[in-house]
Amino acid sequence: MVSEHSDATNAETAALALKILVAGGFGVGKTTLVGAVSEIRPLRTEELLSEAGQSVDDTDGVDEKVTTTVAMDFGRITIRSGLSLYLFGTPGQDRFWFLWDELSQGALGAVVLADTRRLEDCFPAVDYFEHRRIPFVVAVNCFVGARPYGGDEVSRALDLDRGTPVVLCDARDRDSGKEVLIRLVEYAGRMHTARLLDSVS
Amino acid sequence: MSEDRAGTSEQLGSQWYDHEAGPLVRPYAMTGGRTKPGPTGVRFDLIALVSLDAGAPDVGDDSSLGPEHLALTELCRVETQSVAELAAGADLPVGVVRVLLGDLLELGCVTVSRPVPPAQLPDERILREVIEGLRAL
Repeated sequence: MVSEHSDATNAETAALALKILVAGGFGVGKTTLVGAVSEIRPLRTEELLSEAGQSVDDTDGVDEKVTTTVAMDFGRITIRSGLSLYLFGTPGQDRFWFLWDELSQGALGAVVLADTRRLEDCFPAVDYFEHRRIPFVVAVNCFVGARPYGGDEVSRALDLDRGTPVVLCDARDRDSGKEVLIRLVEYAGRMHTARLLDSVS
Repeated sequence: MSEDRAGTSEQLGSQWYDHEAGPLVRPYAMTGGRTKPGPTGVRFDLIALVSLDAGAPDVGDDSSLGPEHLALTELCRVETQSVAELAAGADLPVGVVRVLLGDLLELGCVTVSRPVPPAQLPDERILREVIEGLRAL
């Protein structure tokens, strides 16, 4: 095919989309956070999966393939024409870990939402991003009725690497959600610069 | 949909209708049994941006394309969209959208942006722009 590059196609190839993941335990407010900052109503995409039958639907020991649907919520923030930010709420169930690998490919960074009443729910997400050296911030969703904790306490309880930001937030609040994202992008930029310096020296 | 579900769950043993019965056209039928995009072997990222090629042939004339292909091109005609948005907009599983986009790409109907390679971040200027953009929201 003959390719004629008009100005329009050049502008399209310059279009850039960035991806941020929102992870955390079940019911911690991932979709709420995505909805609070997204300019579109959170959309839902589905992925059909074939997987070996689980013991719960064991049919007389036959290794059956069943099809499962996993839903991922996502939202969008347009920074300017040709530059947009996509937010993906990661599937909460542990058995969909492999989907995270795809989601985290090329991701700018991640927000790990935490609930201080069940902090252990976000351990897997913290481990995941630390091992893959994906920049992340921990956002403590301050639920009504939960005892308030300081960022330092949460940081110690989660045994975070030094420098990993902990932000207190209200996932329902747009400004609060924006602040979390700003902290993440700032941190991702710092991590990136530090790694570049490392690779030079 | 949730209403349907609530209704039928109370009447055990009732027949399946509409959404409950699953899609009328199964995903594999839309893709002709394929689970991966064509010979180009591209794996479209969820945020890969798809736009309609200005000089594209009219897809309506191509008999190898199904209604789902046309639905995707119609969505792209409105504005450039990510693979995730296309899947949500056309109400199709992401895996199906990837296969259909492979067809459209081979026919030269659409252009697809490459996602940022892993472990590589956009330059500082872009990140500053993002931060300022978020503040201004």
